[in-house]
Amino acid sequence: MAIFFTMTDKSNPPGKPAKDGAGLEEARLRQQAIGVKLRHMFDEVVNEPVPDEFLDILRRADERGSGA
Amino acid sequence: MSGTNPPPKPPSADDNAFKKELVALIPHLRAFARTLTGDPTAADDLAQDAMMKAWDARASYQMGTNMKAWTFMILRNQFYSEKRRSWRQSQLDQEAAERTLVAVDDPESPVALDELRLALATLPEEQREALILVGAGGFAYEEAAEICQCAVGTVKSRVSRARKALQATLEKGGYARDGRAAGDAMRSILAAADRLSSVRN
Repeated sequence: MAIFFTMTDKSNPPGKPAKDGAGLEEARLRQQAIGVKLRHMFDEVVNEPVPDEFLDILRRADERGSGA
Repeated sequence: MSGTNPPPKPPSADDNAFKKELVALIPHLRAFARTLTGDPTAADDLAQDAMMKAWDARASYQMGTNMKAWTFMILRNQFYSEKRRSWRQSQLDQEAAERTLVAVDDPESPVALDELRLALATLPEEQREALILVGAGGFAYEEAAEICQCAVGTVKSRVSRARKALQATLEKGGYARDGRAAGDAMRSILAAADRLSSVRN
């Protein structure tokens, strides 16, 4: 059974099958997959150990600020 | 005048709490910087600058408000003000993107991640950052709008356009690389996402 509504996007290129239920589901899956990869890419860096330099710089600034 | 240090300030409980929260945010600042610069070394320089700017401005931060959004805004402003000073930045962006790809030359790393990085690099900057903030950084549209200093509706439309463009690029293979058939990038993304979601905790 076809779905006659949804998709405000009217930019279906010619030749591309009209978006029926299966097409919508496929598009949703693809967006979901991209989302998972995107988060993974970001989290990969978040999970890296922080280089010592960061904490060193902050400690020096802290000591300077407190007049040490 | 210039070059003199600000008067010494006694350490306060607020400073300590601020520092603790700031340290916890460093990994996120590094990740955001990496997506903006595309280059690990430049990203860490940027993240360090942003961290120090946040530290110096701690008096103007109100504890209990969203420090993550606040520091991301500082980092982003820092990035764009440096970029404005750099006349050959567009050139560098391209080179940085290439270097990043080489840098992640890990045989275990799924190909799809590289494809995604390349596809991201083809997005207009404001779309890329909006998508990263909302799609990867876990920010609400409202928070992303605050970080980018624009309207919420603008962020929404940027994210939506970015998603469409990204998908189109991945499906077409809109960037020439190794001459693989169109659609391969999307297929490997789908396969990799499948793997990742099954191991995601």
